[in-house]
Amino acid sequence: MLSGLREPGGTLKDILIRFFIGGAVVSAFAVIGDLFKPKTFAGLFGAAPSVALATLGLTVISHGKLYAAIESRSMLLGSIALFIYLSVITQVLVRTKFNVAAVTVAGTVLWLGVALGLWVLANGS
Amino acid sequence: MLVKLNISALSETRWYQYLVRFLLGGLITAGAGIIAKKFGPSIGGLFLAFPAIFPASVTLVEKHERERKEDRGLEGKQRARDAAAADAAGATMGSIGLIVFAVVIWKLLPVHAPWSVISGGTLVWAAVSSLVWFGWKRDWFLRYGEQVLASKRKAPRGPDNQKDLAAKL
Repeated sequence: MLSGLREPGGTLKDILIRFFIGGAVVSAFAVIGDLFKPKTFAGLFGAAPSVALATLGLTVISHGKLYAAIESRSMLLGSIALFIYLSVITQVLVRTKFNVAAVTVAGTVLWLGVALGLWVLANGS
Repeated sequence: MLVKLNISALSETRWYQYLVRFLLGGLITAGAGIIAKKFGPSIGGLFLAFPAIFPASVTLVEKHERERKEDRGLEGKQRARDAAAADAAGATMGSIGLIVFAVVIWKLLPVHAPWSVISGGTLVWAAVSSLVWFGWKRDWFLRYGEQVLASKRKAPRGPDNQKDLAAKL
């Protein structure tokens, strides 16, 4: 099945493989998180490297180690943005009465802004 | 015991909630691949840390907590909100582990066997996240902060401060 990643023109196959592996890995971490108490410990799994695990293995197979390492370098910036996003969300949930779903979804714009801002700073353009 | 297993929590989640998580996880993983293909791995890599299912998970935590309280005839809105905030605080600590995970993969992947680096990085994520959580639970950071503040308060006043004081007088 994974050989499809190397085939020229295997784009749709590649996307489908990523979709199913990504869905499975992310769901697995979410279920593991559900199993633990207290809530703060279960919450750790909300920042598990689930998308990264699903992606990096496939990327190593299709594009090699160096390509995956470049992705990981940028993932570091994305992780810093995630830390800032989650810190802000925690404070907003503690201090205000805004709707939880609305705050967390709208906050992804903050994640995107910080991640791209850090990327521009790191790449100097 | 600090951490407990709660198997019954699995029965509280409906099938469509599992499906939503699967779809969101699949979409962001496929999306990250498409972005990397179109804009290069440098931009695509950012999305490996996208908060893909966090909004869905935290909303689910809030819903379950509210239903649990309302089943007992209690007003569960504030309690549900507190549970959501606790989940977000946990994820914040987990993201510190994710930062270390990214550094491990970035630095070690080019020079070591990929599968051992990726599995080792996952263990490092679990260890760092748990350690940060444990330290937070045991007030390590608060105590450290207090010690730093106390040592600053005890520090003798420098000549500049004395000059400032003299000028004010």
